[in-house]
Amino acid sequence: MFKKIFTRAKNNTTIPHKKAKEDVPEGLMKKCEQCSHIIYYKELEKCLHVCPNCHYHHPIDAWYRIDSLFDEQSFEEWDQQLKTTNPLDFPDYLEKVENDIEKTGLSEAVVTGKGTIDGIETACTVMDMRFRMGSMGSVVGEKIARAVERAREQSLPYIIFTASGGARMQEGVLSLMQMAKTSIAIERFCRDGGLMISVMTHPTTGGVSASFASLGDYNFAEPGALIGFAGRRVIEQTTREKLPDDFQTAEFLLKHGQLDKIIHRHEMKKMLATLLRLHSTEVQQIEEETEQVAVRGGQDG
Amino acid sequence: MKHVLEFERPIVHLKNKIAELKTISKDSDIDLTNEIKRLEERLNVLEDDIYSNLTSWHRVQIARHPGRPTTLDYIERLFTDFIEFHGDRYYGDDEAIVAGIASYKGSPITVVGHQRGKNTKENIRRNFGMPHPEGYRKAIRHMKQAEKFNRPIVTFIDTKGAEPGKAAEERGQSEAIAYNLKAMAGLTVPIISVVIGEGGSGGALALGVGNHVHMLENSTYSVISPEGAASILWKDASLAKEAAESMRITAYDLEELSIIDRIIVEPKGGAHRNVEEQVKHIDEALTESLALLRKLSSEEILAQRWEKYKQIGVYSE
Repeated sequence: MFKKIFTRAKNNTTIPHKKAKEDVPEGLMKKCEQCSHIIYYKELEKCLHVCPNCHYHHPIDAWYRIDSLFDEQSFEEWDQQLKTTNPLDFPDYLEKVENDIEKTGLSEAVVTGKGTIDGIETACTVMDMRFRMGSMGSVVGEKIARAVERAREQSLPYIIFTASGGARMQEGVLSLMQMAKTSIAIERFCRDGGLMISVMTHPTTGGVSASFASLGDYNFAEPGALIGFAGRRVIEQTTREKLPDDFQTAEFLLKHGQLDKIIHRHEMKKMLATLLRLHSTEVQQIEEETEQVAVRGGQDG
Repeated sequence: MKHVLEFERPIVHLKNKIAELKTISKDSDIDLTNEIKRLEERLNVLEDDIYSNLTSWHRVQIARHPGRPTTLDYIERLFTDFIEFHGDRYYGDDEAIVAGIASYKGSPITVVGHQRGKNTKENIRRNFGMPHPEGYRKAIRHMKQAEKFNRPIVTFIDTKGAEPGKAAEERGQSEAIAYNLKAMAGLTVPIISVVIGEGGSGGALALGVGNHVHMLENSTYSVISPEGAASILWKDASLAKEAAESMRITAYDLEELSIIDRIIVEPKGGAHRNVEEQVKHIDEALTESLALLRKLSSEEILAQRWEKYKQIGVYSE
């Protein structure tokens, strides 16, 4: 009998969990993942999910990124019909993919297409971490390769925002080979004079950092993004080396000469627009005209 | 016998027995010829049985056999006039990769390959065949030189993967690999890649963007080691054996997935059993590949490479 009383008492008592106390109502407010600053969600949306207190760049999804950069209604998506199959018959793989399709509303871990940024047409690829950690399997590789090829055929610049844990394990060596496929596509694109801009966002690692993410004419990163080839844990376990706190951050890479620039998310659109303008044919035409004028001027004199 | 693989134990057991009987018959006057003959026949059947039914995990073990021939073993036997060149001209010389020029059947070629050691001392010097960025930069420097002098390129792939370490990250391991993939894609000379041992992930692929890619029968090529896959997927590295089977990493798997062009057969039990015989099989494959690829113009070489990799991948549309 006593036992019964105790059990009931236990069932009825809610012990406030430490985490629950710190939690903020879902949807209305959000706590910064770095400094724990609490902010209205609407406010956070306005500042592109960058914490106004510590400037921590929260991960954002592919379409939010596209909306934040491209001129309204200008983006046209490519190849969303490509679907993942299960080439190695890996247990539970397709279920996991289906779950992520439902969760994210995306067909795979990457959105490709073209649109205009400040009026300049550009091809673009944005990876989405929420979908299988942004990992690259056959579909991701194929979509990127096709996007780069289209950019080449249509003489468009190509911008890629990377966010990926690397190659997708469940497609084995097929995933590995996507590194080669995408890199060859980029080589063809660059050979024809195409402008390639890579922006590495948190996180960009493994097979993605070791292929297209590092192949831009300009390689950029968002502040604080984790970028590296091997995982921190793997390095610590295999080499027993002590790693600095900022190891494999964008700032670490910049210091070691691996990046052209770190770009704050608030500056991203402006920076990309400027770069695109500086590479656009219009600018080149103006330059050519000025040159011709100068030559003519010289002859006259 | 050194380095007995677990699945080979019954063979070794039988071999020991035969040797024992032979000693007995030599030392005493008992005639055991029939007995020995019977056992030798049994050994043949057993060997055939075991070696024709190798699982992926067995092949992983053969690919990792300490006595398995390395890049330099093959270079020495396939080519003449080999001259090794060192350094990436930026940072240092990475001995996990060897590179140089040589003569193959009268014509110059450039050869680049991962190099592991066969003992601990050599493995430390060669970092177990796991290159740092300077290794990849050395490799591509020589491949670009091959293009300049219009020499075909042969690469040998044999690595657990690129070095995972602090120094490697600081010097841009990702960039070094990525750069090689792109640069190899743009070379106008034929590239033939042969996986001779382990083809471990991006660190292997960085020498592997070939017009033709061949694999020795017992070599492996994978996105991650079976141990790594097991620990990521099932959080248990001891399930490596299971991972090896499900990841499709053998030459036969890659042929089926239309990734490689040819499986190069190995002597019974693996390349380490008979290096000379192995060299003959590689020689055959190289000769045929070169004959085919030499017919192509620079543009055709680039186009062939793109077509080859473009079709890799499985999806529905």
